[in-house]
Amino acid sequence: MNDRIPQLAGELATEISKELKSDIRKLGKKTFNLGGVHPEANKFAHSAEVVTFPLPDQAVVYMTQHLGAPATPIVQKGDKVKVGQLIGEAQTFMCANIHSPISGTVNRIDMIADISGYKKPAIVIDREGDEWDESIDTTPDIIREIKLNKEEIIARMKDRGIVGLGGACFPTHIKYMLKPEQKCEYLIVNAAECEPYISTDNRVILERTEQCLIGIEIALIASGAEKAIIGIEDNKPRAIAALVEMCKKFTNIEVQPLRIKYPQGAEKQLIKAITGRSVPNGALPISVGCIVNNITTMYVLYQAVQKNKPIIQAYTTVSGKSLPAEQCKIFRLRIGTPIRDVLNAVGIPEDTGKIISGGPMMGKAIANLDGHIAKGMGSLLFMNEKESRRGEVHPCLRCGKCVSACPMGLQPFMLHAYAERGRFEDCENFGIMNCIECGSCSFSCPSNRPLVDFLRVGKAKTGAMIRARNAK
Amino acid sequence: MATTTILYAALTIGLIGMIAAVILYFVSKVFHVEEDPRIDEVQACLPGANCGGCGFAGCRAMAEAMVKTMDLNIAYCPGGDYGKIGEILGIKAEARDPQVCVVRCNGTCENAPAKVNYDSAITCAFANSLYAGESACPFGCLGCGDCVNACQFDAIHINPETHLPEVNEDLCVGCKACAKACPRGVLEIRDKGRNNRRVFVACNNKEKGAVARKNCKAACIGCGKCAKTCPFEAITVTDNLAYIDPAKCKACRKCVAECPTGAIHAVNFPEKKAPVAAEAPAETTQPAENA
Repeated sequence: MNDRIPQLAGELATEISKELKSDIRKLGKKTFNLGGVHPEANKFAHSAEVVTFPLPDQAVVYMTQHLGAPATPIVQKGDKVKVGQLIGEAQTFMCANIHSPISGTVNRIDMIADISGYKKPAIVIDREGDEWDESIDTTPDIIREIKLNKEEIIARMKDRGIVGLGGACFPTHIKYMLKPEQKCEYLIVNAAECEPYISTDNRVILERTEQCLIGIEIALIASGAEKAIIGIEDNKPRAIAALVEMCKKFTNIEVQPLRIKYPQGAEKQLIKAITGRSVPNGALPISVGCIVNNITTMYVLYQAVQKNKPIIQAYTTVSGKSLPAEQCKIFRLRIGTPIRDVLNAVGIPEDTGKIISGGPMMGKAIANLDGHIAKGMGSLLFMNEKESRRGEVHPCLRCGKCVSACPMGLQPFMLHAYAERGRFEDCENFGIMNCIECGSCSFSCPSNRPLVDFLRVGKAKTGAMIRARNAK
Repeated sequence: MATTTILYAALTIGLIGMIAAVILYFVSKVFHVEEDPRIDEVQACLPGANCGGCGFAGCRAMAEAMVKTMDLNIAYCPGGDYGKIGEILGIKAEARDPQVCVVRCNGTCENAPAKVNYDSAITCAFANSLYAGESACPFGCLGCGDCVNACQFDAIHINPETHLPEVNEDLCVGCKACAKACPRGVLEIRDKGRNNRRVFVACNNKEKGAVARKNCKAACIGCGKCAKTCPFEAITVTDNLAYIDPAKCKACRKCVAECPTGAIHAVNFPEKKAPVAAEAPAETTQPAENA
């Protein structure tokens, strides 16, 4: 552990000019008021530069890389494809386009197991060279001027398959399709990155500051909002400094440092922290005049609008306690790269108990290491043997720690008991549908009870029950 | 002094008791609810586990519905004594085959070795939402025991050696509670068959043969050999999975010998007579001593 500390200290003690420091201090620090926990940050990859990962020989592109229905493959076996060519088309509302991440020949269209082990429709492409689609601007120039109008931007989002890269992979264009009576006042840009270990957003901000901010300007046009506020936790001082410095070149974009607290990156908590507004139960952020987007999404939005580049890459933090410090890296990977390739590149340490996709609080252990990288796969974390074992489960003490920790003001111990016994009506009455599955309850439980696990079961079953009732 | 106090107290309490009794007597006369006595009798013929398998809230609700509609077919209770209910209601009860739960998975620890370890909430519903299973078979039993919790008759248990559920045929009434609880449809309620002898495919995997076989030695690979062998056309193969129709199956066991992976199970057959049984299917299914 000790060998990691200089690296972190180096990150924190960088030269930020005095004026900038006082500017940042003036912005103050905000946070949300209800619940929350403080897991160890462990941002080992904070100062690691983004490394471009070698192109895979074969890419497996899943048709479900987003929330909603799978895209429909529009290529056939034997077709030649170029980088960025549309290969999966969104044919329903809740869906996103999928583009080819590499150039080559379509090997087959098949059902292939993803990281959960379940088989999903996917297109397998054998790589030949790296030939990009002509419509994509591959030059490194930064284009500041935005030529498209609101409708064109939203159409471009849909066309280029932009999804939220914070983890949920919600198709972005749907967020911006507002009803006439809805008005967006604030565009909230989520750079909180409250999950431990993950440093993807931090590095994207540091290395692509201007592009991120142009992306925000584009989103401002698309949303019709007057102001954009970037919410960022104060364990990323260099990123804050870079953003504050760059914001001087832009109007209508502000930076709001946030006090460290998990789950600050959750939509409702972030809105509460920044604007002080509470999103009503069961409502979307737009009901309080906000749209929330991740900062990396803003970067890919910039690429989509200014360079016509679809999402074909994933920015993935590879970190964890079982990895040696020099192996904690951030990779720029092509979508469809086998996870095995990444694991071979860093080497799986002997002490590894499990590998998690996503953060340690909300992420999921990878059940099938033969899966492939998909959109929004923000991290691969190597948990050591000790961390990955759950402690022995003891009876509930009714200590109420989960109640204090819950950022949604729920009573997780009650919901756990109801969900375990299949009493889903009681679950509904106790507000299980408001659960954001952040895992603060399980994190704070002294009896190691699998609270969030049962809350997820309960939420899924209660949701099904409510849908069945409404369908009647 | 003391005796009079006791006397007064006893008299007062006694008097209150008398008045209350009289009031209760008249109230029970005035508010008397006429209830069909047959409901109680019918309820006594039902198992009384209130499992909900019939679709009613409990056994009483089913008994009420039966008496009200005078129809025995509104719902089926596998544990109910239909002959007796028919006598009570004065209707002729149709004979129904008794049913039992069968486990359509043979992914034992040996056949389908675990590739990952599951360490989370022990409930199949959650495990199913997370991953494909320890053996990576996305159709097989997860072994967390949601069926065990659902069973009101203590008829199903997880065998710690195989990590698969085992059904106690004597206790199972075929109420379908376990089949409803199973997120993967591994459990099937089948006819018990003559002399409890059943032949079924102990696999639920709809993947292509090679893929299914990779994860589990005992998987049905959908080769169709059983369907070709079956003299009664009882076996159909859909989505790479064979299914034996219990209504057509004569339990000849030709398919059992033919199956290359041993996915077809035959239960409750006498062991040594196996080859004879395969020769003459129709007759050997009903030996007198086992009736």
